[in-house]
Amino acid sequence: MDCDAFYASVEKRDRPELADKPVIIGGGRRGVVSTACYVARIRGVKSAMPMFQALKLCPDAVVIKPRMQVYVDVSRQIRAMMEELTPAIEPLSLDEAFLDLRGTERLHGVPPAVMLARLVQRMKSELGVTGSIGLSHNKFLAKIASDLNKPNGFSVIGQAETAAFLLDKPVRMIWGVGATTQEHLDRAGIRSFSDLLRWDKETLHAKFGSMGNRLWHLARGQDSRCVRQDTAMKSISNETTFFEDTTDLDLLEGHLWRMCEKVSDRAKAKGLAGRVATLKVKTAKHKIVTRRVTLRDATQLADTLFRNVKGLFDQLDHGVAYRLIGAGLSDLCSEVEAERYQDLLDPNAAKRGAAERAADAIRKKFGPDAIVKGRSLR
Amino acid sequence: MKLSIERSTLLKAVSQAQSVVERRNTIPILANVLIEAEGEHVHFRATDLDIEVVDKALAQVERAGATTVSAVMLHEIVRKLPDGSLVTLTDDSAKGRLTVEAGRSNFSLATLPKEDFPIMATSEYAANFSAPAPVLRRLFDKSKFAISTEETRYYLNGVYMHVADSDGGQVLRCVATDGHRLARIDAALPEGASGMVGVIVPRKTVGEMRKLLDDDDMQIAVSVSETKVRFATPNITLTSKVIDGTFPDYTRVIPQGNTRKLEVDATEFAKAVDRVATVSSERSRAVKLSLDEDRLVLSVNSPDSGAAEEELAVAYGDERLEIGFNAKYLLEIASQVDRENAVFMFNSSGDPTLMREGNDTSAVYVVMPMRV
Repeated sequence: MDCDAFYASVEKRDRPELADKPVIIGGGRRGVVSTACYVARIRGVKSAMPMFQALKLCPDAVVIKPRMQVYVDVSRQIRAMMEELTPAIEPLSLDEAFLDLRGTERLHGVPPAVMLARLVQRMKSELGVTGSIGLSHNKFLAKIASDLNKPNGFSVIGQAETAAFLLDKPVRMIWGVGATTQEHLDRAGIRSFSDLLRWDKETLHAKFGSMGNRLWHLARGQDSRCVRQDTAMKSISNETTFFEDTTDLDLLEGHLWRMCEKVSDRAKAKGLAGRVATLKVKTAKHKIVTRRVTLRDATQLADTLFRNVKGLFDQLDHGVAYRLIGAGLSDLCSEVEAERYQDLLDPNAAKRGAAERAADAIRKKFGPDAIVKGRSLR
Repeated sequence: MKLSIERSTLLKAVSQAQSVVERRNTIPILANVLIEAEGEHVHFRATDLDIEVVDKALAQVERAGATTVSAVMLHEIVRKLPDGSLVTLTDDSAKGRLTVEAGRSNFSLATLPKEDFPIMATSEYAANFSAPAPVLRRLFDKSKFAISTEETRYYLNGVYMHVADSDGGQVLRCVATDGHRLARIDAALPEGASGMVGVIVPRKTVGEMRKLLDDDDMQIAVSVSETKVRFATPNITLTSKVIDGTFPDYTRVIPQGNTRKLEVDATEFAKAVDRVATVSSERSRAVKLSLDEDRLVLSVNSPDSGAAEEELAVAYGDERLEIGFNAKYLLEIASQVDRENAVFMFNSSGDPTLMREGNDTSAVYVVMPMRV
């Protein structure tokens, strides 16, 4: 199941006057397009396109800053509807998921195609968003099918017609084949699945490594990957692209703190903590720099995370302007295993931790802006 | 340059040089050892720009001169030569080669010009003193386990050597800490050391310097300036930059008011900790100490892997106490005790705990408990 222009659909649902207008969801002048509605797409606007370029193509577009919390809520409601069909759900993002419907026919009394048709119908009537369905006998084909006639699509690729369906399709349809692999394949003269079928397994493996092996199977419509339920979260991170490139360390520190707070909020909400703190910056010249430090004690506190990533940030050569800054926690564990030590040399750490917990409690009761650090106003 | 030198003498000198040389470095000359022959001696000099070591060895110098050659390669060659062989080094500067001959073995190594080799700038040392090797050995051996590897608090990446006031007057003191444990080791103040500024001796220097201290009868000449420290024996001179930073005020960290005293045989204690820690998860290594009237129960409870418990007879007369520690930290401090019982002084389960050997306050360790 893949929602159609999800963020834009939600916005149009909430603001009906936008229904026939081109709508772009994305952040600021400097940001990129995160979602474009189908009206905007007709004008050539695509996801991940820089905003200025999108606005050149579509000057009358209504640009809306993403309201993540609203999308998360709608996504949860969709998830609940899907869970009525099967417990085996692998979400790929807020608006896209694999559902394993094997064995559910007897339970629901209707074939999967009917269940899915009902699902999108419910999404439309109860939530006001549309989705496209791709139904097939493995993940690879289901993903392809869901893209076949978006929006509001419904495609089925059966076992019997798999080979005929794939034959003249381009290999770039394969999910995970990026520009580089595409180029390699192109150079080897592989453009369509029928080209791919001419290669034997060993040669493909020799030429493309493990990817070659996978390509051989995919050419035959075979994909044995399972629908994985709730793969454990591996990291939590947040980053922000600035309105304008900046060298202002004070400003950067403020941004970094806000990112740490976001990461910490998410970790606390999930009962998680991390043992590795990561700093990410992107310079004005689009060079990405990441630095990480392993903490001796896992943490979920914004204060601890900030102190560590700030330490990493201070070690960078600051001759340049930055366009993005971010922070993250990885090597996650349960919060029970976190904050187990105190630091001999930082006796106030415990007090700061307690203050942060108290501020969290206040925010929970009186709203997110009830109490903030001065640092976050920079 | 042409010289002959006994294999074992050469091996000793070159092995010190090759351990100073950085394994991964981008400046080719820094991989090399500078060999300088003159009179009856040959000097081997190696540096990583922070540490410089110079080994002086007796040799039959046929032709004075100098060149540089890969320290690691020369060391490997000499190591593999048979013991007792006489090694001849001949430099052919026109060809840019150094020939190494021993018996029927013959090697020709690429050289780099001696002029390119960076020599560490000499320094004015404000304090010079001499200390017996065993004294320095104790100071650094017992403190180095607590050196931090944290990059952000770089000033903890070494041993803080300084002059301090103790009950019995001034002492030469070494302190290391990583924020979770701390070691404070004192020695009688050597003559001439009282005017010394405190310096943070980097971890690598501590390791290299340790190789100078194996001989019990050796007197080590120590020189200290604000930016450098030098340790020298008659044949080896090790000069190192010190860490440019301020060591934190550790005195505030050492608990003074801990009254709950536990006395335990350090070896038995360490063995028991090691045993129960077997079932703790690799990451947290948490061990719980439950103390009650002359009884210590060590326990580990790891939800994933299992549980373990061991009881030890100890001397403890205070009220019941439960306190958790990282097993690794306990083992490290327990292994510092070599003569008497380990004495732990606790306050509460959240406060730093102090450990010493018997009543000897010249070596004091602090360890932070963990929540279990």
